[in-house]
Amino acid sequence: MVHYQARLDTTFAALSDVTRRGVLEQLGGSDASITDLAQRFHMTLTGMKKHVSILEQAGLVTTEKVGRTRTCKLGLRRLEEEAAWIERHRQLWSARFDALDELVEHLKRKEKADAKRKRR
Amino acid sequence: MPNEKEGSSAAMNRTDVKRKSDRELIVTRTFDAPVHIVFEAWSKPELFKLWWVPKSAGMSLVSCDMDIRTGGTYRLVFSHPAFDQPMAFFGTYKEVTPHKRLVWTNEESDQGAVTTVTFEEKAGKTLVTLHELYPTEAALDEALAGSAEGLPEQFAQLDELLAERS
Repeated sequence: MVHYQARLDTTFAALSDVTRRGVLEQLGGSDASITDLAQRFHMTLTGMKKHVSILEQAGLVTTEKVGRTRTCKLGLRRLEEEAAWIERHRQLWSARFDALDELVEHLKRKEKADAKRKRR
Repeated sequence: MPNEKEGSSAAMNRTDVKRKSDRELIVTRTFDAPVHIVFEAWSKPELFKLWWVPKSAGMSLVSCDMDIRTGGTYRLVFSHPAFDQPMAFFGTYKEVTPHKRLVWTNEESDQGAVTTVTFEEKAGKTLVTLHELYPTEAALDEALAGSAEGLPEQFAQLDELLAERS
């Protein structure tokens, strides 16, 4: 069982750094190797590896080593999972409340009709 | 008149679900009826059972006992073709304030939430806010996992129906 709060903490910690946000933006455009990213952000390879590893732990980035190059890409799975959960609940409550809406509409009409009848 | 736009059904019929904190969930929706009608639909068992179980979920309500007053208890029993045994949901009404507030416990699990529903009437419409407070963060996570993964059949059916409609 993954704890939501701990997960959020990791996510926000990962997002709290301007370089890491830049890396995410960069990866949003296209995948890149750690070497590419280090050059683009004027950093040492070791420094960039550290940033990428923090993003990776937060589930925001995934990396894959092909030959001697480690390629980074956006890892949106976690955010999507949470969005999917919210969406499922919204659908359940929507269905429930749509039914309530119909019922309420019916009761409202009935009340109006009853009031008319009484006035006669 | 521009003011009338506010009541357009597209904006009004939106059901909003938010995670307010690590222990709280909030669902809101506005209904186009005065509060006494909306409250009646929540507090009369014969009306409540008409809408609480979405038909699309494939579940049916076997029994619905609601002693709706502060300190009273409720017990809802559901059945679903995918489950061998019916499922019971039960608890106590902590507060029943007509046309204002309903608070009940969910005691089928010792980690159940306390549900608070508030009703606010404005210009003939009623805003319903449903708030679930879980005893611990882990309990909410559990509930999320349970509702999202524990009832795959139920949600699959619901998803299917909604996909057909959209």
